[in-house]
Amino acid sequence: MAEPNITLTVDEVVVRVAPGTTVAAAALMAGTQTRVSVSGEPRAPLCGMGICFECRVTINGALHQRSCQILCEPGMRVTTAEERSRR
Amino acid sequence: MSDAFDILVVGAGPAGIAAAVTAAECGLRVGVVDDNPAPGGQIWRSGAHLPAAAQRWKARFEAAPVTRLLGWRIVDCPEPGIARAQCNGAEIGRDSTTEIGRDLHYGQLILATGARERFLPFPGWTLPNVMGAGGLDAMARGGLPIAGKRVVVAGTGPLLLAVAAHLAAGGAKICAICEQASFGQMAPLMLQVLRQPGKLWQGVRYRFATKTSRYLTRCWPVAAEGDQRLQTVTLQRDGRQWQVECDYLACGFHLVPNTELAALLGCRLEKGFVVTDELMQTSAPGIWCVGEPTGIGGVELSLLEGQIAGLAAAGKTDAARKAGASRRGALGFVRALERACRLNPQLRDLVRHETIVCRCEDVPLGALLGRTGWRDAKLHTRCGMGPCQGRICGGALEFLFGWHADSVRPPVFPALVSSFLGPETLDLPKEAV
Repeated sequence: MAEPNITLTVDEVVVRVAPGTTVAAAALMAGTQTRVSVSGEPRAPLCGMGICFECRVTINGALHQRSCQILCEPGMRVTTAEERSRR
Repeated sequence: MSDAFDILVVGAGPAGIAAAVTAAECGLRVGVVDDNPAPGGQIWRSGAHLPAAAQRWKARFEAAPVTRLLGWRIVDCPEPGIARAQCNGAEIGRDSTTEIGRDLHYGQLILATGARERFLPFPGWTLPNVMGAGGLDAMARGGLPIAGKRVVVAGTGPLLLAVAAHLAAGGAKICAICEQASFGQMAPLMLQVLRQPGKLWQGVRYRFATKTSRYLTRCWPVAAEGDQRLQTVTLQRDGRQWQVECDYLACGFHLVPNTELAALLGCRLEKGFVVTDELMQTSAPGIWCVGEPTGIGGVELSLLEGQIAGLAAAGKTDAARKAGASRRGALGFVRALERACRLNPQLRDLVRHETIVCRCEDVPLGALLGRTGWRDAKLHTRCGMGPCQGRICGGALEFLFGWHADSVRPPVFPALVSSFLGPETLDLPKEAV
């Protein structure tokens, strides 16, 4: 991949990624999970292709974003494991 | 906002690309919708070194006079000739001009919706870093660093070897490749591959790229363990079990076709696949279906079916029939592949009473025992009623209990209310939509 020249934050951790990197990949670079399940388990991407909804994160305040199909953009604020508390 | 097309293609994988390029080159107004940010589908996903044929098709697609809606997903077909699309992530940087929903008007519809992986539940399969085989490959191509990572690849099907080769090329250490099928079960597939120099050469290259890793038939994971994320996988072969320390488990049990949209449109399905005639026309007038939803057959067959449908939908019936003749010869591969990937009944014993089957609603196997079918299970346990709409647990329930989804209702993916109403009919504050 190209130079990592896109900077975004995942749960306040600064991550630098190359253009074309998915938000799901950035989330796993910064931490270990994307969401918390309804019974409280940590979850991370399973299918990688927009089907399973395990990769849901909050992006710039917008909830339930399927991060495996959204590319990183400069300045994005990504929050993981947030969905359950705000549901 | 809306758009009008002679032909709307859903899916920009090999089948959709071939259909769109072929129809556009016949002079028709063609639109293509795909929910991924780039064309190519799963198999030609960007970020990897693509074979020459893939590069040629993608270049033709880029050059063709086709309207591309990438990062858009069809959520409903409210009436004949209209498909309702929603933009992925439209809310992220939303101002009043950002479009969320569009009605796409079409004369004919070509469904090239591809396939997803089949997942089977086993203890620990919900742990972070247990992914699909194609799933980990997709994540790696999407920028997930895998150099130096220890990966166990498991499940069934030729995809395993391809994934292992891609990951090895990215610097991953492939601990083992575990194929649930027996060698004898795969023999007819190997005979088919021997007849196709392209596939044979690809297989040889994949095995060469993973030559330092063990390829074990009749082998599968029985458990994944770890604190907050995967640390070890327990593998089983011929009754013997052992543990492997690893960073990722890439595990998929072949493919399940994405037929939801076809079902919603009333196309006839048989044994889970969309039924078409030799010109790829479904039972629903003006609706065509190509690629994996008609039978799992891989890239070459998908390209052929896309071209047949593109020609036929453009009214070039003779040319389409000619192409259709070569398709008949390729269907032996579909049957051999299906046989090679037939699941060992012992895999049903992996799931325990407390193992989660439906990951969206955290429904364990124990809650499903005694239910008469999927509808009964839905009503009593919420199994299959989360945001994936049963796409993940459905493949498992089919194998475990023989249950099938009995209906498809709109929206076929979770959708925003605003994508149904449109910005012009709805003037609500941002927080409300």
